[in-house]
Amino acid sequence: MHMADALISPAVGGTLWTAGAALTYYSAKKIGPDFHAQKAPLMGVLGAFVFAAQMINFAIPGTGSSGHLGGGILLAVLLGPYAGFLTMASILTIQALLFADGGLLALGCNIINLAFFPCFIAYPLIYRKMIGKHSSQLRRNIAVCVATVVGLQLGALGVVTETMLSGISELPFQTFTLFMLPIHLVIGLVEAAVTSAVLSYVWKEAPGLFPVNTPIAGANSSPMRRVVLTVAIAAALTAGMLSWFASTNPDGLEWAVQKTSGQAEVENTGPVHATLASWQEKIAMFPDYQVATLGSSEGKNASTSAAGLIGASMTLLLAGAVGVGCRVFVKRNAQ
Amino acid sequence: MQRLQAHLDHFRRLDDLAQMDSTIHRLHPAVKIITTLVYLIIVASYAKYEVAGLLPLVIYPVAMIILGRLPLGYFAERMLFLAPFILLMAIANPFLDRAPLIMLGGVAIAGGWVSFASIILKFLLAVTAVLALVATTGIHDICAVLMRAGVPRILVLQLLLLYRYLSLLLEEAYRIEQAYLLRSGGHRRGIAPKVWGSLAGGLLIRTFARARRIYDSMLCRGFTGEIHFLRPASVSAGSLCYLAGWTVFIVYVRFVNIPTRLESLFRGVFG
Repeated sequence: MHMADALISPAVGGTLWTAGAALTYYSAKKIGPDFHAQKAPLMGVLGAFVFAAQMINFAIPGTGSSGHLGGGILLAVLLGPYAGFLTMASILTIQALLFADGGLLALGCNIINLAFFPCFIAYPLIYRKMIGKHSSQLRRNIAVCVATVVGLQLGALGVVTETMLSGISELPFQTFTLFMLPIHLVIGLVEAAVTSAVLSYVWKEAPGLFPVNTPIAGANSSPMRRVVLTVAIAAALTAGMLSWFASTNPDGLEWAVQKTSGQAEVENTGPVHATLASWQEKIAMFPDYQVATLGSSEGKNASTSAAGLIGASMTLLLAGAVGVGCRVFVKRNAQ
Repeated sequence: MQRLQAHLDHFRRLDDLAQMDSTIHRLHPAVKIITTLVYLIIVASYAKYEVAGLLPLVIYPVAMIILGRLPLGYFAERMLFLAPFILLMAIANPFLDRAPLIMLGGVAIAGGWVSFASIILKFLLAVTAVLALVATTGIHDICAVLMRAGVPRILVLQLLLLYRYLSLLLEEAYRIEQAYLLRSGGHRRGIAPKVWGSLAGGLLIRTFARARRIYDSMLCRGFTGEIHFLRPASVSAGSLCYLAGWTVFIVYVRFVNIPTRLESLFRGVFG
């Protein structure tokens, strides 16, 4: 459920980047410098473990398909919410950079969906509350399962909301939600089963690894209020700034382009452009290259975009020529 | 098994590519990162029915791949690997948005297909740009820039450690899964529920022990929580030109619809 760059708008991406960055700074500050040195290797190697373990296929009996381990809750349980969040954020960054799994612009969205919800919502509000003070094995397992499922549901809802706000996918909110939530309920149940199996095994074999036995900074304090405040302020500030653009015009950058250039027709200044414009006027069939639009309100934009196959092919030829030029440059340099 | 193997192969390949030398590899990492970010924002900023306007942006990844001497096949392979996810998300558009939007050679094309093409094109551009950045820069240099840009030390350290131990744990997970599947007679698709806990849990416990050893050995070498990077060379004039050149080009493409310009030129000359 990693979001890709192709499906989000810069406004949504930017807003969630800010929220994700604010949370990262907050978490880094919260766990403190002593923790850095001591637990840094553990966080790094655990991150690598979650990454690798998520690739292992766990067979679901009777279905022929397989499920995977859920990362966020496992890390929050083992490291506490702040370190868990940072580790999850680093996993998502590496996934975006190295594997192109989730976009770089969408990294903020993915951090909120897959790190914030499990570590700062599901973990403190569900897991911690459910296990209470005297936890039994059964209680812990149930708490892990419920927290994993809820965390994933919130993440899926995050994906739907961010996609909707970006306005690139056509899926209506309701349909998309009805599609995403049940699917992620099933995925979540399997993730929950795998995660609780792993955690209860570790609890049995090596109970000393859990923060309940060896306190870890931040694991026992209630982070909720400040965390939510941090996210809310960061998101509200950015969203406020960006929506100022967005409300003036559906496409903020397009609006900015027009605004900064002072006119819609940016290009008609130099002599080359004047010649081009005069040629353009001669072609009465497609004035200003608005291809006939058939009853869509957004058609105007699109008709310029689909101006013609000739233009598109010429652009690609140009790209090809640049490629050939680069190749010649590389070869010449190699000699 | 396939997933682990594919990720491991990809990881090693990217690491090797980052070690190579080329015009792009030699540029200052910061200018490559900034250029990529500008590029990604501009790509994402196009309206949902925009296709032709996006085409000139192909030039950037093409130049990166060729000047950076990156193998094209590798990018194609990665695209194919990732394609199902994006196709799944984009394929809804043609079904839901059936209103004809443009006429192309006498055929009315539905808005959904135009936005579908736009999503796929944006996906190809964004993914190639990010992979080309990492393949010509390497995680270590990217982290050095992040550190200087004020990203919290702990996160940078996480990225470096995660990167370093990723291949180790991917290999270990791969061996475990492989060994299990071989012993289970080869008819299973994954790990049976009975051993879910002990198998992955065993790996987790070993991971803790490994982290402890790593920490001890880091302490022995004088680790205090600081990360030390070789101070990257100052930004050269060439690197600055690279940044300025691409930024001007990318922003220009956003302001001026080049395919439309080229077409009007074409029609003006031959029309």
